[in-house]
Amino acid sequence: MGFNELHAEAIAGVVDRVINRYRRDPTCMLQILREVQEACDWVPPEAIDRMQAVLGVPRTKIEGVAGFYSFIYTEPRGQYRVLFSDNITDRMQGNRAMMERLCNNLWVERGKVSEDGLVSVGKTACTGMSDQGPGMLVNNYAIAGLNEGRIDEIAELIRNKVPLGEWPPAYFKIEDNIRRADILLQADFKPGEALLAARARTPSDGLNASNMRSWREGLPSGIGGPAATLDELKRANLRGRGGAGFTTAMKWEACRNAPLKAGLQRIVVCNADEGEPGTFKDRVLLAKCPDLVFEGMTVAAYAVGATRGFVYLRGEYRYLLDHLNAVLAHRRRENLLGKDICGLPGADFDIEIHVGAGAYVCGEESALIESLEGKRGTPRNRPPFPVTNGYLDQPTIVNNVETFAAAALIALNGGDWYAAIGTKHSAGTKLLSVSGDCVRPGIYEYPFGVSIRQVLEDCGATDTQAVQVSGPSGICVAENEFDRIIGFEDIPTAGAFTIFNKSRDMFEVARNYVHFFQHESCGFCTPCRVGTSLLKNLMDKLHYGSGSPYDFAEIEKLNQLLQSMSHCGLGHTACNPVLDTIAKFRPAYEKRMMQQDFTPAFDLDRELSSARQMTGRDDAGAHLETEHGGAA
Amino acid sequence: MSHTFTLDGKTIPFTEGQTIIQAASAAGVFIPHLCYHPEFKAHGSCKLCTVKVNGRQTASCTMRAAAGMVVESETEEINAERRALTQMLFVEGNHFCPSCEKSGNCQLQATAYHLGMMSPHYDHFFPNRAVDASHPEVLLDFNRCILCSLCVRASRDVDGKNVFGLSGRGIKTHLIVNAKSGQLADTDFTLADKAAQVCPVGVILQKRQGFAVPIGARKYDKAPISETAEEGR
Ligand SMILES: Cc1cc2nc3c(=O)[nH]c(=O)nc-3n(C[C@H](O)[C@H](O)[C@H](O)COP(=O)(O)O)c2cc1C
Ligand code: SF4
Ligand code: SF4
Ligand code: FES
Repeated sequence: MGFNELHAEAIAGVVDRVINRYRRDPTCMLQILREVQEACDWVPPEAIDRMQAVLGVPRTKIEGVAGFYSFIYTEPRGQYRVLFSDNITDRMQGNRAMMERLCNNLWVERGKVSEDGLVSVGKTACTGMSDQGPGMLVNNYAIAGLNEGRIDEIAELIRNKVPLGEWPPAYFKIEDNIRRADILLQADFKPGEALLAARARTPSDGLNASNMRSWREGLPSGIGGPAATLDELKRANLRGRGGAGFTTAMKWEACRNAPLKAGLQRIVVCNADEGEPGTFKDRVLLAKCPDLVFEGMTVAAYAVGATRGFVYLRGEYRYLLDHLNAVLAHRRRENLLGKDICGLPGADFDIEIHVGAGAYVCGEESALIESLEGKRGTPRNRPPFPVTNGYLDQPTIVNNVETFAAAALIALNGGDWYAAIGTKHSAGTKLLSVSGDCVRPGIYEYPFGVSIRQVLEDCGATDTQAVQVSGPSGICVAENEFDRIIGFEDIPTAGAFTIFNKSRDMFEVARNYVHFFQHESCGFCTPCRVGTSLLKNLMDKLHYGSGSPYDFAEIEKLNQLLQSMSHCGLGHTACNPVLDTIAKFRPAYEKRMMQQDFTPAFDLDRELSSARQMTGRDDAGAHLETEHGGAA
Repeated sequence: MSHTFTLDGKTIPFTEGQTIIQAASAAGVFIPHLCYHPEFKAHGSCKLCTVKVNGRQTASCTMRAAAGMVVESETEEINAERRALTQMLFVEGNHFCPSCEKSGNCQLQATAYHLGMMSPHYDHFFPNRAVDASHPEVLLDFNRCILCSLCVRASRDVDGKNVFGLSGRGIKTHLIVNAKSGQLADTDFTLADKAAQVCPVGVILQKRQGFAVPIGARKYDKAPISETAEEGR
């Protein structure tokens, strides 16, 4: 047997082991690819051969899935795969210099694999560590708080081929940085309490008629409990914390009312794909209060009559997986998951964690479901909606991590208690991920209604020019708007609060966000796939000094098109940061208007840069004079 | 209640479950489209078929018709956006119509004419996409692929072969074929496949058939796409 065959056999062994653990279930394809890669450092063609044979799915499907996700590699990527977080906050904290330093130390070119196949160094979208950046991922494990010393040490570890497991544990320590805690973060909560409270709740008058579809209501000890739980949720006036702010009780009720075909079940999904640049509150919630989140999911299962639950954890939070699985195992032992939960006969529910692989769009709920089913993360056509036709065509609720945590507290303390916190239209508290130019970045939990100014004061931000609320999909708030409040009636947010002081160039902020959207567009629909690329090119054109008012007009036209023609929220919001900054920080753009008339994007001198690199020349004679100083 | 809606003021009947484009096409009204084909499940990706329903834009190939809907399609506003979409598709790939065997039979080209597209407007991306000439009967020129996925659906749903698929993400999304080598010759694809006939542009081309029908005498040379779409194609 030749070396290659042996090699193929070893790979087949790895693949078989992983596939068997996933019950030979093709819906687990992404999980299988991810784990095969953890073992082999990439997904070699032989692994795809084996998956094709054992799972019985066409190669096009496997390659299509593998090709969609940034963190799955079908080309060798080195034994150590280093990705620098490239959010605007990482840039402000000097990630570029760190990356240069590591590349120089390791003698490797950015984006390429070193010649000995040992290491590759590249960049990735925000890894959710803005409060302790700059951050990086090494083989998907997060390292935060990079500095020159640490970079040098990491280079040394890689050069000496020290296994990741033997690196100093301090590197992988991620801080919670909780700066202000309220009902969620300081909840004095014992696992199981919320479930017992939900079960103990007796139906209020008139509730019996609301819906008796759930099988659980047919149980002697369970009668009315689920409906009463829904009732509390309605009273609480809880709205989803994932961005769109949909009323949670309405979603749950719709799922519960959705007819169930024989043999199918209802599904509860926790959206922990937190990918919006500058957001990290779900990370902290999962690290600090996993029981509260899981219990919220179990309450949801009880309320809607679901038996199966998923947490879709973003790939960047891979480091949390083992801990979260341990918490789940503990809950199973405590009878808070599994069969007859809390002694309630027939109350069966369990939770499985699926890990993403570097695709922001998978946070969109229908794309998330596609991804859970082991497919490319492309948003579905709607209707039908997930509440009736979700995971494997079953009624499914998808909620944010924070929504579930809040739901657990509502089950515990009641809806009226919750509704009394916050404002009239925005009940409860909100977790903000504060980062950027301030003294105390971290997590701040406030009752809804807090003003931007208050947050800035609390986190020690001075000389503030702008705040980007809700990340690139959200809005950019200028100084004259700092009295506006966080809440669905004014500025809704999933949680990012990114601060820029007056030394920052808001054009570069917008440009960074545009690059993000271009990279994360799923590519399904024409307006977003091509539109975000055109937008990126226009912003780069301005950056290189070839911008003109004509380009402004083009940007506005693209925005109109993206908003009206795109398939999903990503395309709809992709122009927001640019339009906001044009409207509010026009000087940052005007500074770049070297030309009053149109200037072509093509720049002969810039095009010659690869020729310069090949010939090793960079003297004056190797440059062309361009009229508008494009060579600068 | 009557099963009708209005489309640009015209009353269109529909049956339960029909999409707007299906009802419109049955009533002889043309709505531009590229990824929709009456024989396949709607995809909703090209967005050319976007219309305004009660004031909100949506793809007419995936939107179910409902009684009383007020739908706008042939307005200057919508057509301007459709034109921008065709321009985007032109610059995203490499579409050199005069040298393309599909010219005159190409839905993208015909749609661009229909919409009055006079120039590509945007800067060309000039992507570098290799041609696959490995198959004895068929040439794949990926330069013109608009990612409509019709071949994917035809091969999967009709031929039962899964010869085609999409991989990559975003602007890097691209068509792949079902072979370890990535070459069409190493698949079970044949000219008799449904997937060999559905490509609306010039990607899947039969070999040795060049200019069998001269340019000038081809489908859309004789009549615009809005009039040749009688079978809903
Ligand atoms: C491009 C895109 C990305 C999204 N990312 C997330 C995410 O990371 N987490 C999240 O909870 N919701 C995200 N959402 C919103 C979800 O689609 C969905 O509305 C939400 O998970 C519902 O939960 P909620 O009602 O509890 O907020 C995203 C939406 C879009 C369009
Ligand atoms: S808008 Fe963008 S992300 Fe959403 S479906 Fe279209 S291409 Fe994909
Ligand atoms: S090859 Fe043709 S049919 Fe297939 S996706 Fe591309 S354009 Fe569509
Ligand atoms: S034809 Fe409807 S989106 Fe393509």
